[in-house]
Amino acid sequence: MSDITKQSLSELVENIKSKKLSSSEVTKAFVERSEKSKELNAYITEDYANALNKAKNFDKKPNLDLKLPGIPMAVKDLFCTRDLRTTAGSKILNNFVPTYESTVTQNIWNEGAILIGKLNCDEFAMGSSNETSFFGNVQNPIDQNLVPGGSSGGSSSAVAAQLTPITIGTDTGGSIRQPASFTGTVGLKPTYGSCSRYGIVAFASSLDQAGPMAQNVKDCALLQEVISTYDEKDSTSIDFKRNEYSKELTKDIKGKKIGIPKEYRVDGMSKEIEELWKKGIEYAKDCGAEIIDISLPHTNYALPTYYIVAPAEASSNLARYDGVKYGFRAEGENLIDMYEKTRSEGFGAEVQRRIMIGTYVLSSGYYDAYYLKAQKVRKLIKNDFDEAYKKVDVILTPSTPSSAFKIGEKTNDPVSMYLNDIFTVPVNLAGLPGISIPAGHDAKGYPLGLQIIGKAFDEQNILNIAYAMEEKINFKNNITDWWLK
Amino acid sequence: MSENKSEYLINRHDNQYEVVIGLEVHAQVTSQSKLFSTSATKFGAEPNTQVSLVDAAFPGMLPVINEYCVKQAIKTGIGLKAKINKRSVFDRKNYFYADLPQGYQISQFKDPIVGEGKVILDMPEGQKEVGIERLHLEQDAGKSIHDLDPKNTFVDLNRSGVALMEIVSKPDLRSPDEVNAYIKKLRSIMRYLGTCDGNMQEGSLRADVNVSVRKKGSKEFGTRCEIKNVNSIKFMQMAIEYEANRQVDLIEEGRTIDQETRLFDTKKNETRSMRSKEDAHDYRYFPDPDLLPLEVSDDFIENLKLEIPELPDEKKKRFIEKFKLTPYEANILVSDIETSNYFENVIKKSDVKLATNWIIGELFAALNEKNLEITESPISTGNLSKLINLIKDGTISGKIAKTVFEQMMEGDKDPQKIVEEKGLKQESDPKALEMLIDKVIDDNRDKATEYKSGKVKLFGFFVGQVMKISGGKANPQLVNEILKKKL
Repeated sequence: MSDITKQSLSELVENIKSKKLSSSEVTKAFVERSEKSKELNAYITEDYANALNKAKNFDKKPNLDLKLPGIPMAVKDLFCTRDLRTTAGSKILNNFVPTYESTVTQNIWNEGAILIGKLNCDEFAMGSSNETSFFGNVQNPIDQNLVPGGSSGGSSSAVAAQLTPITIGTDTGGSIRQPASFTGTVGLKPTYGSCSRYGIVAFASSLDQAGPMAQNVKDCALLQEVISTYDEKDSTSIDFKRNEYSKELTKDIKGKKIGIPKEYRVDGMSKEIEELWKKGIEYAKDCGAEIIDISLPHTNYALPTYYIVAPAEASSNLARYDGVKYGFRAEGENLIDMYEKTRSEGFGAEVQRRIMIGTYVLSSGYYDAYYLKAQKVRKLIKNDFDEAYKKVDVILTPSTPSSAFKIGEKTNDPVSMYLNDIFTVPVNLAGLPGISIPAGHDAKGYPLGLQIIGKAFDEQNILNIAYAMEEKINFKNNITDWWLK
Repeated sequence: MSENKSEYLINRHDNQYEVVIGLEVHAQVTSQSKLFSTSATKFGAEPNTQVSLVDAAFPGMLPVINEYCVKQAIKTGIGLKAKINKRSVFDRKNYFYADLPQGYQISQFKDPIVGEGKVILDMPEGQKEVGIERLHLEQDAGKSIHDLDPKNTFVDLNRSGVALMEIVSKPDLRSPDEVNAYIKKLRSIMRYLGTCDGNMQEGSLRADVNVSVRKKGSKEFGTRCEIKNVNSIKFMQMAIEYEANRQVDLIEEGRTIDQETRLFDTKKNETRSMRSKEDAHDYRYFPDPDLLPLEVSDDFIENLKLEIPELPDEKKKRFIEKFKLTPYEANILVSDIETSNYFENVIKKSDVKLATNWIIGELFAALNEKNLEITESPISTGNLSKLINLIKDGTISGKIAKTVFEQMMEGDKDPQKIVEEKGLKQESDPKALEMLIDKVIDDNRDKATEYKSGKVKLFGFFVGQVMKISGGKANPQLVNEILKKKL
């Protein structure tokens, strides 16, 4: 089989289980393609030799009952991996090698998958274009000099370019769904509390959630089933009945009520996005779903609320990177001097900007006006969704207000960069699950995504609707392999 | 000092000043593991041997609340007769320091686990109630060691993450003596509960002391200064005396007191400014998003109430009512749970009155001399009971008992055996005593005549002589009786 890397995860699992392919063959194929794809800069750390060894060992005594038998997989470099450098895209963790494994990645290896490398991302997951990474920007395989989205930009690029059959990202304000949308792939942000945060480098603890990024909905459902477990090591992990999402996946969504929130028709939304949304509504109707207009009145306040809550938590979460215990240290005259130099040299501009915003909104005299107010608004936003879900099963919106933009296009305009997250951020604030599926192309031929937002813990429903719509949409990604010589 | 001896006042010229003191006591929770991790908490371990990835704040590590520590805090709250808050919140107190790995301390700011309560002090002039403002749970920091190297500071994270209870009093204390009584009472209650060992040498109990002064009779509080991290009662008292006098001097000179944080220099016996209010840290408290609000049910609290032992105040009351002890005796015996346990074990099998006297008198003196705690007493409760019974049933006299007691202090020997081996048994046989007495009277015919002619003071002489020839073993009561008859 020559086109191993063109196969979906589900196909690969099937072929390994039926012994048509060995783990070594599959791993070798993805390693070779990854090696030839350095120009994408999707990887921060490669672990190819180890991966090939592990594949060989797997083949010696293959356990074919596992869900991901001998499947090679690269993961976002925000997940701590035992004995393999974990940087969070930052200079400050450039030399950091964890002695422990994140729960989510451990779940993946427990099902037989094999780590092939760590994928690029925005520094500490702060960014929407992967341009804030200390390890350089990532190319979108769709087109040269196009951002892959962010912060899980290495992940979206690697899945779209088929350097890994599937991957995981993290999503604090859209960091899975927006890059999925920019690369024509599927990305799921699960319900807050669904996937353990243990061992994931924290950005904003009350918003961070790990999730799968895949080529199709079925693959996405399979990986979600693997990574979503209750974990006592994460106090915010929630013990609820988790489905076998891939087994229970169905295209029968007849009678499902789909809400269309009028507030998402934002000023200056491009015609292309507007049309994509309309098309999505038609597809949903074709699948037998019922369309209902709804209102999420506080949508306008989501982005400012997010840009208070997330930096506030980040400013505190990132205090541990101080040069004392691990990671990068700049020598200083005294302790304070060492702190200042370490953090000035170790953190990039965007991270520093957010630490300063966060420090500001938490400082005495401003706390009530910013942080406390934002928490109140956050409740109102959540209430909006609760109200809406009295009438509908899921909510359909565009994933992003535009298609992927050029590298460097927005780096000097942080606010315009932040606006990218306008449709995804409310979902994080409300702790809900949301999935982005590719639904069409803009005039330039760049992919556009639709977002389906579900009730808390109702991943199955949004996966089903995505699965049904995926068939109707019949999206084809135009990957020309331009980066291969 | 004023005419009321117990009142602590500072006199300057014609003015009398009252001192107002509030304490923030940091009490280490007795627990095998830390507040948010499973690391051990043993005192004196090799540096950095009791540190988990969570304690050292590695990337992606998350705190998980230790239920046992929560129970300990609630029990302490119950012991302080305080309101238990069914919902409390952990906040982050943000600041940078080398021995604070997370860059923040997890504490409770707005919503502590325990609310208002009280502690009763037994002062010489009577009881005094001190209000408790709150009790909250928080993490301890690590330890910075500055004197191992001329250029570098070393950090030991063994203490990092250890659970502390911060117990904040209302500004109800008025003298160094009351502070002494307050700390001792707090310590006693926590030791009864088993929630804090109260060991000040090991840093299990330390306090920030808030001191202000005001003219006697004034209702307004003066500007206060906070003296940080004082780790012995003696130093607290010295710090308060120095600080109160310093503040009075400032007022008398017409100067103002700056609200500030001060340090007590134990070598120079003075407080020094550490930072002013303007330089105070902005800790940027906010709810820790890694932890959900802590919610406990009524059942959870009720079950803990069942585990609360009899506390010193109740025990004292019982001792007075049931055993007819004086308040003074009861106070001494209940002040420490180990002492009261010792006492109650002794009186299980022996006379209460004698036991009280022997424990408070001989035993305490002997332990004190050897610098031993009651738990280290060479004399077991069983053997002390036996000794008291030997006195009570007349086998030995009180005087002989002291000799036996001294030998028991050398090693826990059975007093019965000591008496037998050394032949110390009291002579209570009237016939044998009569013989002794006859001999004494015979030998001192002239004195007997004098006695009979009215020199009654000589009676003591005869008793002494009888005791002397009996080697101290004659039963003094019987000797008295027989002598009276014979003379």
